[in-house]
Amino acid sequence: MKHRFEILVQLKPGLLDPQGKAVLGALPAMGWTNVSDVRVGKHVALTVDAESEEAARAQVEEMATRLLSNPLIESYRILAAKQVGG
Amino acid sequence: MSERRPRVGVVTFPGSLDDRDALRAIAFMGGEGVPLWHAEHDLKGVDAVLLPGGFSYGDYLRTGAIARFAAIMGEVRDFAEAGAPVVGVCNGFQILCEAGLLPGALIRNRTLRFICRSVDVRIETSLSPLTEGLVPGEVLRIPVKHGEGQFVASRGDLEQIEGEGLVAFRYCAPDGTVDDEFNVNGSANSIAGVRNARGNVVGLMPHPEHAVDPDVGPTGGQPLLASLLSRALMRV
Repeated sequence: MKHRFEILVQLKPGLLDPQGKAVLGALPAMGWTNVSDVRVGKHVALTVDAESEEAARAQVEEMATRLLSNPLIESYRILAAKQVGG
Repeated sequence: MSERRPRVGVVTFPGSLDDRDALRAIAFMGGEGVPLWHAEHDLKGVDAVLLPGGFSYGDYLRTGAIARFAAIMGEVRDFAEAGAPVVGVCNGFQILCEAGLLPGALIRNRTLRFICRSVDVRIETSLSPLTEGLVPGEVLRIPVKHGEGQFVASRGDLEQIEGEGLVAFRYCAPDGTVDDEFNVNGSANSIAGVRNARGNVVGLMPHPEHAVDPDVGPTGGQPLLASLLSRALMRV
């Protein structure tokens, strides 16, 4: 069974996010002066072929820890998981 | 003294840029540069390994994140764990951090800009393959060229890095003063390079291999590569 996952990777809260800061810096010039605390992350979508959603999820957790994120500086969250055709 | 010149392996990954400069600098300093290929499980019997700068795998995902899983990295890890000298420059530093062979991580520069200029760095330890025989406090002028050189670590890791004396280089003023004004990329505690606890693995963002030939700029890389060659020679 194929399972589609969406994973969000972000810099950990204690770390300054230079990209978020740059986006925040650009917003007032466009008229939005009421925005604060911008964080830029990465969105990864992938499909895993596995026996069960449980097995697929366990694999996604391992992949997220070992490759998709660097646990020293980033955290990840699985945003969505659903079974797909095939 | 052995007649043989110390052999330093330089690994080429897809997207490495400074491998040829590193090979040339090693030869310039009296060593023998040995080209190594990322896809081979073979260090060709070298006495030291250098991971060069560049943009391996296009810096996709995170700098160094893909290269750390290259075939040759298993051998590099074994080599490092056996106590042999391993050096990472710029992207090579990022790869060693991703591989867990060095503490911390490197993220986008504080300014978000790519920085390409010569900087001053202060030696913080003589316990690394690049700084043996050098005196802490000594200042060297070496170029940097990177977009993602901001050294970061969790508060606890940073305390450990400082507490155990694992900082190898800091960005500084020409007189050696460490101040945020000279911290080119916003690194934690102005850290430009770190070593491992054993003192045989070291990484830094500045490029010693671009600073050996007086015809083309500063020569701050000379003492660092001389140190690497003498460390490698001990293994000959």
